[in-house]
Amino acid sequence: MSESVAKTNGPNAAVTKKPTRGASAVTWADDRLGLATAAKKNLRKIFPDHWSFMLGEIALWSFVILLITGVFLTFWFKPSMGEVEYMGSYAQLRGLHMSEAYASTLDISFDVRGGLLMRQMHHWSAMLFIAAMLVHMMRVFLTGAFRKPRELNWIIGGLLILLGIIEGFAGYSLPDDLLSGTGLRIADGLVKATPVLGTYMSFFMFGGEFPGDDIIPRLYMAHILLIPGLILALIAAHMLLLVYHKHTQWPGPGRTEENVVGFPMLPVYAAKAGGFFFITFGVTALMGGLMSINPVWKYGPYNPSQVTAGSQPDWYMGIAEGLLRIMPGWETSIFGVTLSWNVFIPGQLMPIILLAMVLAWPFLEAWVTGDKREHHLLQRPRNAPTRTAFLAAMITLYGLLWAAGGNDILAVIFHLNLNHITYFMRGAVFVVPILVFMLTRRWCISLQRQDNETLLHGYETGIIMRSAEGGYTERHLPISPEAAYTLTARDRDTVHEVEAGVDENGVPASGGRIAAVRARLSQAMYGHNVQKPTAQELDEGHHHAEDEHAHEIEAGLDHSADGHQFDGRHPVEGEELRSH
Amino acid sequence: MRLLNRSVNGLAGRISRRRRGPVAGLLVLLLGLVLTGTMYAAFSPANASRTTAQADEQLIQEGRELFLVGCSFCHGQNGEGVRSDNGQLGPSLVGVGAASVDFQVGTGRMPMQQPGQQAAVKKKAYTDEETEALAAYVASLGPGPAIPEESEYTLDGLSEDERREAVVNGGQLFLTNCSACHNFEGSGGAMPQGKVALPLRDSTEKHIYEAMITGPQQMPVFADSVLGPEDKASIIAFLESTKENPDYGGFEMGGLGPVSEGMFAWLVGIGSLVGFAYWIAAHSARSKRQETSA
Repeated sequence: MSESVAKTNGPNAAVTKKPTRGASAVTWADDRLGLATAAKKNLRKIFPDHWSFMLGEIALWSFVILLITGVFLTFWFKPSMGEVEYMGSYAQLRGLHMSEAYASTLDISFDVRGGLLMRQMHHWSAMLFIAAMLVHMMRVFLTGAFRKPRELNWIIGGLLILLGIIEGFAGYSLPDDLLSGTGLRIADGLVKATPVLGTYMSFFMFGGEFPGDDIIPRLYMAHILLIPGLILALIAAHMLLLVYHKHTQWPGPGRTEENVVGFPMLPVYAAKAGGFFFITFGVTALMGGLMSINPVWKYGPYNPSQVTAGSQPDWYMGIAEGLLRIMPGWETSIFGVTLSWNVFIPGQLMPIILLAMVLAWPFLEAWVTGDKREHHLLQRPRNAPTRTAFLAAMITLYGLLWAAGGNDILAVIFHLNLNHITYFMRGAVFVVPILVFMLTRRWCISLQRQDNETLLHGYETGIIMRSAEGGYTERHLPISPEAAYTLTARDRDTVHEVEAGVDENGVPASGGRIAAVRARLSQAMYGHNVQKPTAQELDEGHHHAEDEHAHEIEAGLDHSADGHQFDGRHPVEGEELRSH
Repeated sequence: MRLLNRSVNGLAGRISRRRRGPVAGLLVLLLGLVLTGTMYAAFSPANASRTTAQADEQLIQEGRELFLVGCSFCHGQNGEGVRSDNGQLGPSLVGVGAASVDFQVGTGRMPMQQPGQQAAVKKKAYTDEETEALAAYVASLGPGPAIPEESEYTLDGLSEDERREAVVNGGQLFLTNCSACHNFEGSGGAMPQGKVALPLRDSTEKHIYEAMITGPQQMPVFADSVLGPEDKASIIAFLESTKENPDYGGFEMGGLGPVSEGMFAWLVGIGSLVGFAYWIAAHSARSKRQETSA
């Protein structure tokens, strides 16, 4: 019973209890900031629940870990190419002359308490950051979550991956060990392969001839300020748009394009997401503590005269490495100038084309379908067979190029011929993605057929019936209305017809050639899809099932068909005969 | 025990009492001569007439017999090499030296099981004595590098500081001359057309030294004029010292560099985190409603 309520009829007036210190502090802050009003709505914001919606979170939390560990590393790292003599604890390099950047990396690894753990966590979380972004991107792509109104967020996501890769490469180059120097040498080569401008750009980048003294301080600035700043800004935009658009959800009973069914931010999602941060941190810490990554002390300081077997970039640059390794050595010489197609195409052109293809997909799809509606309900991957197959082909290409980038490792581990791997990959990068595309598309279409079968004829019970004539059939039972709703909660694809060249008045069809291309694409992308059954077909299917059921009842098969009488717990007619 | 002591003392006392006797000098002289003769007979080669040259000859003869059985099919009856219709079957062994044989046979590369890009390392086919005999025979075909003494491939004579300096120097020499094929920590690497530079972690010091002076398979010869004997010993000392290092960073994942790191990032990192995401999403926020009496 509080003091503010009168307990007696005495002369003393009831007084308000003095607020606690915490409450008064919060009131003080809220009077000035007004956060309660803003928070009231957003804390109850609803998010739908599905495991695949948490993949982007892995990337977000990895970025937070990168910031935390990165700040730790900046306390000791010296971004300088000034020459020093190493006098730290790693015996195999003591007394050697090296850059300050490399020496301070060794110091972080061996002479700063917890330094090696932080370095390894930083590196592992960088790998996980980009991997998680890609996995998240795959989820968004496969479920059609990039459709209107989310196309811009798709582009922002693509830029984040690009920036993440550049940021990772800058970080990989900072310690100035043998691998980072070799990586920079390749970057130098890529820049120099630019027609006409290449050498100027390279000299501008390195402040003179490679490697110079400028590149490490410059990369450091980009690595700890410029690119993280851009990434942070884009993450903020990405998440603001997420809140503004509201999260997409899987279709199901009660879920429409206008609502979001799920749990509120507080307490459910704050707990889930907050917990997931600690899990991500824990996994990264375990990896950093138990698994060696980038052991720079083994590589030694960068020396342009050295290169080691097993010189590879981090995995996210694997496709660029693979493209470079399998590219035939094409060069053209005109007017005394060599154009290095062997570096320009795989190093500059192809990565841009691949990224542009993925970023342009939402717009291509919107143009081909002509769909201007907003979409907040997700599609199952099987219901967009061409898109799913495209992604499968891209993943295949990515994997093949990554493998091609590690061709020497594959050769050593699996006792293969290095040259044969290269020859194989030259063909495989063209052939295998196409095969995968066709296979995945047919697979998706088969799954669509399977869905229709389930809708029209029910699910397979696994109960085999023997008819009086001796024929065997499997019993199908209708699925629940909820399941049927979920399966049918998708749009029918519209396929644009190629219009006739001229109409009856001799006037050419509008749109001309572009319309024809669009129609052909529409036919190619959606023409083979299996559409969901119509209401009439569904009715017929149900009638058919009822008829069958009626026949069974007539034949007295109904009760004996479920098979449960043979489970050993029910008396069965004639059972005693089996024991003889 | 005491009894024994007393009797020994007694004997010594008796000898000591006669040490100034008239025949004592003569006796000691005789004793000395007999001892010297016996010792010489015991420690000199059993057959006093057999000289080292003859011993070598016998070893070479033994080696030749082994060679004729196991090696001559490819290398010819006198180690002159055999040229088959489609190129060389086995190269000439004149002048390859004992070090070559010790390396190739001692690591199980020779005799080859089948022709191929490169002789595979397998179980040794000859005992150490047989290998020595084969080496002696091949060395007799022409002058070549001899099997190195232990003092050549170790840094035994150096002080602690000098040794440390040599290890650092050896590390740089290794990264400059060896890592391009053998990888930064000697994990091995791929060579064109199915050839390989093998991992060095399990190689013995002697075999690494022999490989450097003889250049087996794809490996170039690192002559003493290119890489002095001390430099070679430094490289070996560096490799040995890295074996003593603990795995500072934890599990090495094969020591193959970023490719295996990337694979583990996906399999272990993303694999477990997606698993956790699934686990978190599978636990929905169902609250247990308790019936409260109004």
